[in-house]
Amino acid sequence: MTIFSNTTKRLLAAIIGYLLVLPAQAAVLPEDRSDIMYHGYEGGGLSVDGPSVLVRKGFKDKVSVWANYYVDTITSASIDVVATASEYTEERKEKSIGVDYLRGKTFMGMSYTNSEESDYSAHSARFGISQDFFGDLTTLGISYARGADTVRRNGDANFEAETDRQTYRVDLSQVITKNLIISMNYEGVTDEGFLNNPYRQVRYLDPNEARGYGYESEIYPRTRTSSAQAIRGMYYLPYRAALKLEFRNYSDTWGIDAYNGEIAYTHPIEDVGLVVELKYRYYKQTAADFYSDLFPRSNAQNFLARDKELAGFQTQTIGAGISYEFETNWLPGFKRGSVNLFVDYIDFQYDNFRDVTATGFAPGTEPLYSFDSVVTRAFVSLFY
Amino acid sequence: MQNDKRPGRALLLALSIAGALLSGGCSSLEIKPWVSPFERNNLADPIMSFSRDPVAASYLHHVYQAREGARGAEGGSGGGCGCN
Repeated sequence: MTIFSNTTKRLLAAIIGYLLVLPAQAAVLPEDRSDIMYHGYEGGGLSVDGPSVLVRKGFKDKVSVWANYYVDTITSASIDVVATASEYTEERKEKSIGVDYLRGKTFMGMSYTNSEESDYSAHSARFGISQDFFGDLTTLGISYARGADTVRRNGDANFEAETDRQTYRVDLSQVITKNLIISMNYEGVTDEGFLNNPYRQVRYLDPNEARGYGYESEIYPRTRTSSAQAIRGMYYLPYRAALKLEFRNYSDTWGIDAYNGEIAYTHPIEDVGLVVELKYRYYKQTAADFYSDLFPRSNAQNFLARDKELAGFQTQTIGAGISYEFETNWLPGFKRGSVNLFVDYIDFQYDNFRDVTATGFAPGTEPLYSFDSVVTRAFVSLFY
Repeated sequence: MQNDKRPGRALLLALSIAGALLSGGCSSLEIKPWVSPFERNNLADPIMSFSRDPVAASYLHHVYQAREGARGAEGGSGGGCGCN
């Protein structure tokens, strides 16, 4: 399969064409750095953890290359799994490489990512370009990504399906005052192919079953197009601290409408080299058109879903982080470093996904499901 | 397939506007920056970055993407590319 279509090639050629007529003036590449992170997720019967390592190195202030290696070790006994299958463990490895190129005030980046697990392979390539103008008060960026996934099903050697994905993104950041910068983003995604989780099932009323309901495979549409837009503001307070506000809106052709808002506060404590961060996030979505917790009968409609990510629900996140920044005079070749710990607590409350593990209830009257999770990010960054 | 073309058109429109601005439009507009370079100390402070630590930020985006129906327009680069 070729990753880029003819239309895409023409688009890329047009972007490169614009590049050639741009003026050459000063801007900077991202700083050289290495990050080693431990990440952990625990909640709702699901446990995921592993390392992530990023290395970035620039050459002659023109080119910067980077590589990221990331592992998820997953142990799942989530409610979807315990209802219809048994606990499983698996591993996902993700490798990314990228190169950024700076020409005057134009920043161009390309990257490739491969993700592999026993029943899923994903390849994606991204190309993006951004440009500073109006005295560097405005930055406009656009990017395009193409992904090709292969879905398999463990225990079924005959099953293999493909998914194709295209992503279009536009980013605009604007300096408003000497203390305020805003960023606006649009991202459109189109998927085509097999979009189900091949293990997930829907439940339907079945008087022949002792518990009153049975299970059958989910059936999703083979296309999905979504658009998301966000606006973020970062404000420097009258003392050295920053306040971040975010609002994002989302809709797709499956009938999901969502929005989220976030507020974050960053406060350095200079005497001891610490930076403290606190945040709150609220997210809410409606259910997909073809979602139901309990269908009235088998094959009740063309498309069937009971995936809780497609249900109506809201989440609230409270997060706290602390970073300790240190000098690295004792380490030749390094400028500085930091040790960081971020912990986020997320509460999920479902509107129409019921807890089938609760006993003594008639089908469709079980209590609504909810759970909490804790996300941990502990990492060391070194700058050179 | 009709739906698939809409984001492409939006991107081409943005590209056309950007192209018009970049290939000569700027010289006639000549907007004087209302925040001078020497007034940008606060904006340049690392605490004002939308995504100070790309590895940590892309991981949190991944956590949300895996558990929420919405996707796209996250802060930073999106897609976990590890860049700023």
